[in-house]
Amino acid sequence: MFDLMREALSFLPQDLVTVLVIISKITIIATPILLSVAYITLLERKVIGYMQVRIGPNRVGPRGLLQPIADGLKLIMKETIIPTKANRVLFILAPVLTFIPAITAFAVVPFDYEMYLSDVDASLLFILAITSMGVYGIIIAGWASNSKYAFLGALRSAAQIVSYEIAMGFALVGVLIAAGSLNLIDIVRAQEGSMLHWYWIPLFPLFVIYYLSGVAETNRAPFDVAEGESEIVAGFHVEYSAMTFSIFFLGEYTAMILISLLTAIMFMGGWLSPFQGIPMLEEMFAFVPGIVWLLAKAFIFLFLFIWFRATYPRYRYDQIMRLGWKVFIPITIVWLLVVGVALLVDLGPWFD
Amino acid sequence: MNLELAIFYFFAAMLVGAATLVVTIRNPVHAALFLVLAFFASAGVWLLLEAEFLAVTLVLVYVGAVMVLFLFVVMMLDINLVPLKEGFARYLPVGALVALVLIVEIALAVGPERFGLEMYTDPVARDADYSNTKELGRVLYTTYVYPFEIAAVILVVAIIAAIAITLREKRQTKYVQPEQQVSVTRKGRVRMVNMPAEKKKK
Repeated sequence: MFDLMREALSFLPQDLVTVLVIISKITIIATPILLSVAYITLLERKVIGYMQVRIGPNRVGPRGLLQPIADGLKLIMKETIIPTKANRVLFILAPVLTFIPAITAFAVVPFDYEMYLSDVDASLLFILAITSMGVYGIIIAGWASNSKYAFLGALRSAAQIVSYEIAMGFALVGVLIAAGSLNLIDIVRAQEGSMLHWYWIPLFPLFVIYYLSGVAETNRAPFDVAEGESEIVAGFHVEYSAMTFSIFFLGEYTAMILISLLTAIMFMGGWLSPFQGIPMLEEMFAFVPGIVWLLAKAFIFLFLFIWFRATYPRYRYDQIMRLGWKVFIPITIVWLLVVGVALLVDLGPWFD
Repeated sequence: MNLELAIFYFFAAMLVGAATLVVTIRNPVHAALFLVLAFFASAGVWLLLEAEFLAVTLVLVYVGAVMVLFLFVVMMLDINLVPLKEGFARYLPVGALVALVLIVEIALAVGPERFGLEMYTDPVARDADYSNTKELGRVLYTTYVYPFEIAAVILVVAIIAAIAITLREKRQTKYVQPEQQVSVTRKGRVRMVNMPAEKKKK
């Protein structure tokens, strides 16, 4: 498809064509993400509704299917209020800074064997570095709002994100040791074989810790003390309205999709078919493209995000810090040693 | 001008501009944010040098962690700018002298006679599959393993010292041990008493 585009545009200079191809690839990746963010909000409201024996939104369109569009329209039409004595530039910049890192990280996410925007050698590190910048949006929002609730939320969130990043980083080190590569494509290839070759078995504690740290990083329930509506109203985005608020929302949900995709890629075999290595089923499902498997796996984790929110009460702040520092980090360090030993003795079928 | 050069000038201009603003801007929070931008721009320049591991680590460590904590502190401090600016004219000669000495020292140390372009050959452009992460790791754990380990030990000592300094004798907070909290049962908290109903005496 892109070769065709290159040929059609061959009258333009080579560099420009490359840029155009990249931009069209970005559009192809970003548009479904933004659309799915809209429909994840609907899914979330519906699922939580049914879990609480309610129906959820059902007025706009058939079975409430047009609800996200109505919400989006409402947010666009509303007035953006900038509080007095707020720092105007930073106030507007903050939501943008939460959204950009979340969507930039998709640049290195491999969707299938040959389906990715860029094949970066240190893509695992790139993702870790880029997602770690998401915290700036929250801190700046808290500070620029000139509101004490927003500021408290920002401080909580900054401390929480920095703490959980360490556990997350250690979990990724485990994956890197196991796969022997920082490249996400090679990490998926290293898991080839069957469902039992995926890293969720040898790296099970790291898998759980990575996912839970991801929940904490995206400020989702039960780790959503940054919002904590019962204590600090709505945390860092109290003062935000209309589009500025919805961009925060976009950033949060994009980060959720990213965490789900990455968990699927690093621990659940990415685009590999779950029936690989099983005689009959492998041929039966050979026609399914890899991206379908990847999205299905990611969807399970996305659903878990929503399920958590409907199930668990919010953590107390000191308990969040305790969980991050005194439980997650020690477990990851111990498990790194275990993985190292397993690698030394060539423990099969993962490390031989 | 090819694309690579354009990107280099973009990041270089961003780096110089942000670094200048860090020291000239009045608001300390803005200064910290421009420092973040400067780190980010220099990471971009390093990426052009094909040092992707260092570039990404710079963003990860300095932008993602160090500057967050820095910003954290700067935001919480209520810095009064007026006393900070007092005596600017009085200290100007001393400051200018120190700056001059520093510039001369730096120029002597990293001047063109040691670090000039003719001293070095052009860096070799590696293939796309060349992993400088691997190369860096190999050197760090073989040739430079002792300096590396010594640095690690010093850092651990610093961490322990920082924790020891901030650790207070008495706990000021009413902290509950979570493991005790979790293991609480009804039996330990509630005592059911069976007693006959009483009539109120007149």
